[in-house]
Amino acid sequence: MDASSLIIPTTPKALCEASGVSSVLDQLDAELIGLAPVKGRIRDIAALLLIDKLRQGEGLQSQPPSLHMSFTGNPGTGKTTVAMRMAEVLKQLGYVRRGHLVAVTRDDLVGQFIGHTAPKTKEVLKKAMGGVLFIDEAYYLYRPENERDYGAEAIEILLQVMENQRDDLVVILAGYKNRMDTFFNSNPGMASRIAHHIDFPDYSEAELMQIAQLMLGKLNYSFDDSAASAFTDYVSLRKQQPHFANARSIRNALDRIRLRHATRLFATNSALTREQLCTLQAEDILASRVFTTAASTAGK
Amino acid sequence: MMTNHGNRVTQGQFSYLPDLTDMQITKQIEYALKNNWAVGIEYTDDPHPRNTYWEMFGNPMFDIRDATAIMLEVNSCRKTFPDHYVRITAFDSTHGTESVVMSFIVNRPKDEPGFRLVRSEEPGRTIRYSIESYAVQSKPEGARY
Repeated sequence: MDASSLIIPTTPKALCEASGVSSVLDQLDAELIGLAPVKGRIRDIAALLLIDKLRQGEGLQSQPPSLHMSFTGNPGTGKTTVAMRMAEVLKQLGYVRRGHLVAVTRDDLVGQFIGHTAPKTKEVLKKAMGGVLFIDEAYYLYRPENERDYGAEAIEILLQVMENQRDDLVVILAGYKNRMDTFFNSNPGMASRIAHHIDFPDYSEAELMQIAQLMLGKLNYSFDDSAASAFTDYVSLRKQQPHFANARSIRNALDRIRLRHATRLFATNSALTREQLCTLQAEDILASRVFTTAASTAGK
Repeated sequence: MMTNHGNRVTQGQFSYLPDLTDMQITKQIEYALKNNWAVGIEYTDDPHPRNTYWEMFGNPMFDIRDATAIMLEVNSCRKTFPDHYVRITAFDSTHGTESVVMSFIVNRPKDEPGFRLVRSEEPGRTIRYSIESYAVQSKPEGARY
């Protein structure tokens, strides 16, 4: 270790660079399209944790903030993806010790008979310690229509651990906006123990297009010019149809496009070039059911 | 008793040292977790050196990543059996090892009367020796310490 690495950086910017936080934030910017409120919040948290470190250096009181979060938003807006990244980010910031993510749903927390719930929930909490506990579709935990439901017991244990062992794990609840609101209204204790309520906005068409490009890039595919414009049409049509699930719909559409691409290539007799294997053409996209339904509704 | 200074049972690692603090135990567990060993908690009130198999307190914790979670279990075991011996074991499942590679006592009874040497006469003036715990002698399980 040389002398320069022993100097403790004193400006926030230098500290940010030195701790590797800035590289994590940059990566987040590059790999997650849109989601401005989410990134803003992560930046705020990172800043607070860094400033806390500086305060600690000056002997000032520094209490680690409560980082329990709730992610709400429509299907496919990236709640789970961000939760995964959050675990890494918090690890990098030194807030959690291990930075692993334990993703659970109601089944993993709530037992089937009296006395089964508490050990089951505790088991999951123990597994998540030192990392992030991600509870997907958290509103299923609370079933007001059945007063003997064991979900309430799981919530009680969760609350206790969220309060008493704030340093040991971060709990992230996720779910669709309106149902989460009902959940929080009926569990005020839960709502008040969660400091960060982050709402995931729907993606714009341009953002969806960027996401598609990013996904294709990762799989070594690309659109040719006509395909890109055909896909833009596809996105705007698909958005108006029911069951649109943002990025997830895009991923599914790309999977189907790849199927059609493969079938088209399969029919050719000549040897295939690398170019052909990578390039998706407009006809692969235009064969989609979305265009025919759109045409038939327009004709009506 | 000469072989047991201060009447402290000396089994496993660190047993000649003063009792480990919770912080030190946490560090040891972290070391075990770092090596991917499965940590288990065992208890007994029969600390005879040949009593290898103690009762398990819950299952071995194969999928736990953090020492805090294990300390929770350790403390709940101490609460349940305040006057028993409690030890932490770490099991290494690597092919070729497949055995307990770490074991140390984390809780002991307040009063440890120690062991007595038992001499039994055999034919031909032979004497066989064994040891017996004063606490375990003639008392049933659960009422010894």
